[in-house]
Amino acid sequence: MKAAVLAGGRSLERGVSLRSGARVEDALASLGHDVVAVDPGADLVRRLNDERPDVVFISLHGPGGEDGTVQELVEILDIPYTGPGIAACVRSMDKVVSKHALRAAGIPTPDWVAFNATAFRELGAADTLEEIEARLGFPLVVKPARQGSSLGVEFAPSRAEVPEALVAALSYDDRVLLERYVKGRELAVGLLDGDPLPIVEAIPKQEDFFNFEARYEIGRTEYVCPAELGPDETAAVHEAARRTWELLGCEGFARVDLMLGGPDAAQEVRGPQVLEVNAVPGLTDTSLLPQAAEAAGLSFEELCARIVDLALSRAPASSAPA
Amino acid sequence: VAGPEHSSREPERPQPGPPHRRAHTSARDLERYSGLFAARTQVMRSSAMRDLMAITTRPEVISLAGGLPDTSTFPPASFAAQMTRIAQESSAEALQYGPTEGFERTKECIRAVMAAEDMSPDPDDILVTTGGQQAIDLITKTLVDPGDPVICEGPTYPGAVPVFCSYEADTHQVEMDADGMRVDELEALLDRLEADGRRPKFIYSVPSFQNPAGVTLSLDRRRRLVEIARDRELLVLEDNPYGLLRYEGDPLPPLYQLDGGDYVIYLGTFSKILSPGIRLGWCCAPPPVMEKVVLGKQAADLCTSTLTQYFVSEYFDEGRWREYIGSLTGIYRSRRDAMLDALERHFPNQAEWTEPAGGLFVWATLPDYIDTADLLAKALRDDVAFVPGSAAYADGRGSSSMRLNFSGSDEDEIREGVRRIGKVVWDQVALYETITGEHRIPRPVADPAAPAREAEGAASNDSAEVLPLRRRDGER
Repeated sequence: MKAAVLAGGRSLERGVSLRSGARVEDALASLGHDVVAVDPGADLVRRLNDERPDVVFISLHGPGGEDGTVQELVEILDIPYTGPGIAACVRSMDKVVSKHALRAAGIPTPDWVAFNATAFRELGAADTLEEIEARLGFPLVVKPARQGSSLGVEFAPSRAEVPEALVAALSYDDRVLLERYVKGRELAVGLLDGDPLPIVEAIPKQEDFFNFEARYEIGRTEYVCPAELGPDETAAVHEAARRTWELLGCEGFARVDLMLGGPDAAQEVRGPQVLEVNAVPGLTDTSLLPQAAEAAGLSFEELCARIVDLALSRAPASSAPA
Repeated sequence: VAGPEHSSREPERPQPGPPHRRAHTSARDLERYSGLFAARTQVMRSSAMRDLMAITTRPEVISLAGGLPDTSTFPPASFAAQMTRIAQESSAEALQYGPTEGFERTKECIRAVMAAEDMSPDPDDILVTTGGQQAIDLITKTLVDPGDPVICEGPTYPGAVPVFCSYEADTHQVEMDADGMRVDELEALLDRLEADGRRPKFIYSVPSFQNPAGVTLSLDRRRRLVEIARDRELLVLEDNPYGLLRYEGDPLPPLYQLDGGDYVIYLGTFSKILSPGIRLGWCCAPPPVMEKVVLGKQAADLCTSTLTQYFVSEYFDEGRWREYIGSLTGIYRSRRDAMLDALERHFPNQAEWTEPAGGLFVWATLPDYIDTADLLAKALRDDVAFVPGSAAYADGRGSSSMRLNFSGSDEDEIREGVRRIGKVVWDQVALYETITGEHRIPRPVADPAAPAREAEGAASNDSAEVLPLRRRDGER
């Protein structure tokens, strides 16, 4: 079978994507597939038409590759592709969209307010900051609406840091969220065909608290899988992840990131709090989903084989959630 | 399907199979390897920047991030002739190992380059290295124990930071102004260290057209620095890759020349005056230091490439090397001018930048609420790149500065690149001011109907072109 692995692209996560892609290429080759690597650019459609692969393995992160854009193109070409369909990608990529859906469905997610740059420039949004700060409290998390890998995520410990954090986050996207901080444990749940894998806990070394660099470097964040949680906690976290998957209409594989609010967290954010969904989670050496799969006894090759099978078994043009 | 030329003489040449790459590293493997890492490896840091830099290699990106000299004007015919001569006359020697210290012929070329800046080292004091970078590594390896203080400029050459880190040096950075390193602050730092009973092993400095700041250490400070080193019996590591790339003003004596080579170790390179691809640099050190450095070099790579040493000798024998540097300085001067002009035109007046009289870099500093690593993300969306300032510090400072290179892009690219960076800076400055309610500077909007702004500065709102985008002179 011929598989085209899409990796690279022009998002800020190009480097991560290339590393994910290289691993996937190797895995698919060792499974006996004929693999072509494609770095999406202006010639993407032409190349896919020339190659006519049996399946497209999408290993792109961030806007463009994870937001439904590439999925739309591949769907028009009528080639099966891995991971969630267009609608799920659109909903997952934009945290504002997914958080609204979560809140409407009663799945806990930390309270937030979202603004775009225009609101500040033309509508005087800055005048609401005081109310927002009163409502959400400090520290405040400021993050771009559409960006992965913690890029542009800022913490404002007090008022004085808020404008700077907003300017930083607005460097990554035109829309940002101000979100209530959840004091607790940082968890990630990979799902394969809707079934949650063992939970991964990220324990950052103190000074690397929520730092992009720490995520991709050996030894700077400790990952524990399966996370040491009681059966009730595990069930609650799995349940939140599964419901999120269904709500957003994910397919194939995805990863749900959550915080587990501890007893010392604010009343409103105790228990599992869904932060975001990654429609195309990282597949690098240090990525969380492969670690979770491994803990479930699934080698990286087996994981890739399963993801490809799921893509092939999906009915054509199945962008609508089940 | 062999053609007629591949007939019976080459019957079955074994071809490499498809790469047998390992499938993947499991999480457990990672744990295992990480348990084997040396303590100094734990402090080596890769960076998110490196990931962002992956994007700068795309062809549509104007990269002012590199530090590349322009090698496109080196005449290919001359390159071919020199390499041919080597093949015809010295093939066996050029393909053989050479002495660890380097060939005497290479040292003569080095002496010629140093003579151009009025230095005349003993050939025995010269070690030919694999680029100037290796010299930094070897000297640090020779002198520094874990925890030893090392002093350098703030900002310093970004490539030196990982070297100091990998030997677990305790790096201290001394602020600079338009005249280079503040030697008064250096003395204060030395006093503080001495009071703690700590002795820095060396002071690393790029005195001329510093990378990344673009500033040059004044003559008075050069003299004082050399005196300090002598009085306190400390070594100065003088890194001088750009000394001959001066675009205006009179040359200043290198520290090595002022000191006579007792307390100053000198680093030079052919990278910026000929080619970085040949990986040829050198260091000059007093004999007791040199003895150890040579042993370190032996352990590292036995000797510097003999082939490229032959190439340099041939090239210098031609006698046109100064002419070539002259042509380079002409090219770089125009590019520098284009960059300074574009900065004046496109950067807001809350920004300030240095005006280098030589070298390859301009250092620009923005208001402190702008983090240039975040700004890079935004700039990359507009297909332009620079080096965020924090790369030039070991301690996280420099986050509102950036290094801009003008040697590796032509003038049109420089103007367009600076224009794009200027635009994202303007955006962020305006945004910050909107959020904080500080409307100090009107935006250069092409909106003629902006009466509300008139009161703030009648002279400032005609159009983007006539805005008084003055540069704030940092120190002067």
